[in-house]
Amino acid sequence: MILPALFFYLFASVCVASAVMVIASRNPVHSVLFLILAFVNASGLFVLMGAEFLAMLLIVVYVGAVAVLFLFVIMMLDVDFTQLREGFIQYLPFGLVIGAIFLAELLLVAGGWVMNPNVTKSITAAIPTNVSNTEALGLVLYTKYIHYFQLAGMVLLVAMIGAIVLTLRHKVKVRRQDINVQNARNPELAMEVRKVATGQGLQDADAGSWVK
Amino acid sequence: MTIGLGHYLAVAAILFTLGILGIFLNRKNIIVILMSIELILLAVNINMVAFSTFLGDIVGQVFALLVLTVAAAEAAIGLAVLVVYFRNRGSIAVEDVNLMKG
Repeated sequence: MILPALFFYLFASVCVASAVMVIASRNPVHSVLFLILAFVNASGLFVLMGAEFLAMLLIVVYVGAVAVLFLFVIMMLDVDFTQLREGFIQYLPFGLVIGAIFLAELLLVAGGWVMNPNVTKSITAAIPTNVSNTEALGLVLYTKYIHYFQLAGMVLLVAMIGAIVLTLRHKVKVRRQDINVQNARNPELAMEVRKVATGQGLQDADAGSWVK
Repeated sequence: MTIGLGHYLAVAAILFTLGILGIFLNRKNIIVILMSIELILLAVNINMVAFSTFLGDIVGQVFALLVLTVAAAEAAIGLAVLVVYFRNRGSIAVEDVNLMKG
């Protein structure tokens, strides 16, 4: 019984500590690495709660995709990050006050709430006890919530197209393949038969136009 | 020493607050602002999964899945906008972003 509590405090403390380092770290690369640590520990919390599928998804999606995307962008942009950090001390008191007020409110809510006894009677889709978490999630996700699932897919599709369209750029100097021009090319356009005077060869002026 | 719903809610509240604090403290660094938003969404996810497992209702996990999707899409679009902005301006200073109004 003591082991889950121990692991909860381990995961929670490391998660919170790395979240602090995300916002306090000087180097954004370190921020991303601490973000990865926070996500890994949050997925540990998910495992403790019994949501194994979401825990694995968190690792695959966040650590595998989002954090690496952040890392790529940070390393790709040539930015002086020390310059971006100025104002940190200036905003610190204001931010701390806001954060303290907000945290106090949230903890009051989290500490002072009472569960409505009727809420257990109005459960939409109870977690089945005889199947694994992944299977239980799949049983409702592909039947009852299929439209949400497809909506999520559409969101990802729109995000993918949006990101591609935003970052795509056509350089003028790059020669691209133009299928129409290629198909419109015929022997008359492509080559020219010249009469060359014996012993003189092709003159330079002629050669220029011929090459073109 | 049993871990209840309140413990997870407290962790989520702390993470949420840290995300808000990160937005306030790193006003100039938009990359850290995006990471703070990811932290906030993670806190929301922890809340949803905690309620889902402690009430025995799996719908919360379905919604957490959707939040995860939206967070990934948001990060991708945000970073794409950031890259385009950097290409145009040569910096990622947040104060000048209103120049994009045209």
